[in-house]
Amino acid sequence: MSAQRREEYALRIDPVACDAFGFCAEMFPERITLDEWGYPMVDPEPVSGQLVALARKAVSECPRRAIVLERKPRPV
Amino acid sequence: MTVVSPTTFEPRLLVAGDPGLASHVQTYGPLPERTNDDLWSELQASGLTGRGGGGFPTWRKWESVRKAKGRAVVVVNVMEGEPMSGKDRVLVTFSPHLVLDGAELAARVLGASSIRICVAEDQNGPFEALERALGERPRTMATLERLPARYITGEESSLVHWLEDGDARPMFRMDKSTPLRIGRQSVLVQNAETMAQVALVARYGANWFRSLGTAESPGTSLFTIAGAVRTPGVIEAPMGTPIRSLLELAGGTTGVEGMLIGGYGGGWLGREHLDVPYAPASLRGVGVSHGVGMVVALGPDSCGIAEMARVARYMAGQGAGQCGPCVFGLPALADDLDQLWSGRVGNAWSRRMVRHLEQVERRGACGHPDGVVRMIRTGLDVFSADVARHGAGRPCAAHRSPSVMRTPR
Repeated sequence: MSAQRREEYALRIDPVACDAFGFCAEMFPERITLDEWGYPMVDPEPVSGQLVALARKAVSECPRRAIVLERKPRPV
Repeated sequence: MTVVSPTTFEPRLLVAGDPGLASHVQTYGPLPERTNDDLWSELQASGLTGRGGGGFPTWRKWESVRKAKGRAVVVVNVMEGEPMSGKDRVLVTFSPHLVLDGAELAARVLGASSIRICVAEDQNGPFEALERALGERPRTMATLERLPARYITGEESSLVHWLEDGDARPMFRMDKSTPLRIGRQSVLVQNAETMAQVALVARYGANWFRSLGTAESPGTSLFTIAGAVRTPGVIEAPMGTPIRSLLELAGGTTGVEGMLIGGYGGGWLGREHLDVPYAPASLRGVGVSHGVGMVVALGPDSCGIAEMARVARYMAGQGAGQCGPCVFGLPALADDLDQLWSGRVGNAWSRRMVRHLEQVERRGACGHPDGVVRMIRTGLDVFSADVARHGAGRPCAAHRSPSVMRTPR
């Protein structure tokens, strides 16, 4: 394996802004599922590699702009 | 851990003869002339922690505001939204000048341009006591604010939200370690009792302050003791006083089956924990939160399931209505507890309850739903024998006893 830079991200939901449209879970089922009321539950596993594109899609498709993709500081 | 027997300490906070300024100065002496640096180092050395629930080191909170951009605003939280707690209203009614001293010291050290004292709109006594006290301090920069009387209004981002644009609901914050802001100003929010403790540290110093309490949680604190005790009320005791001694200071108990600690979002303990010191670290160690300093004892003539169900229903109605998991999850949890209370529990009840708890925890903008989850999880454990009885369709004999928990409004 090459020492490729591997950025890690974390998804966060702003629960005040979220209105349970549910698009995020459709875009990114690998990390986002819906609870029984339709609100997103995020897998705490960091997002990296090819999944980052899906995460960005989930962020941009949210009608309430309620998802944030944060770059995680890498462990030293 | 040093634990001082509560019978052998001098109370500090509620000792002035009357709430007037003359009595205050006679009791505590004038505020000494200390430089800001001197006051800063005493505060740091005192180890004072916030008395409003968070338990955060006070000087660190001040430091984060001092380092932040913009002018500082000092906000004193006298909301006391916990229905069973009375400590802050007792404090501002009997010793308002101690609270005002602390707020003015904070404003001086942080270079603040205003002090805003937040009282719930239904609290006339405390409001009038503070109004009278401010009338005796003509040069004060403090103003009184009356906020909607809801449980959630006392949450610090909720207070600040209201001060900024009249919306008393918590704000979602990506980073809770940076100070809240009102426009370009950075805000210090501090509980009323914490301010009073600051006034004592400024007068008598860190060593004096640390002569009571524990090394980790020094000083005394106010506690509201209610439920199955002979003389319920607000008492002062050193931090780290065993819960048993707190109950004795309230006249002793008439039998304890369970105790709600810290507030409606604090958590339940059983009587096997009567000797746990009341301090943040020791309480965390047994799964509950220090909260606002409160013990509600339930005796054998009360039903823990009924009281849990009442608290859960109340808390479901006291949220801000902003976050889905809280809006839908808390009523669902209250329904689950009602079913358990009535003894009509189907096969799926237990799994549903666990699922609801998991779907609510850590999913709100503020800690309101998490407190309810903690209250229920600890309660199901403490009252496990009752859970089994109710769950088997045989509610306990006390299940229709009058409510111990207050659920106002």
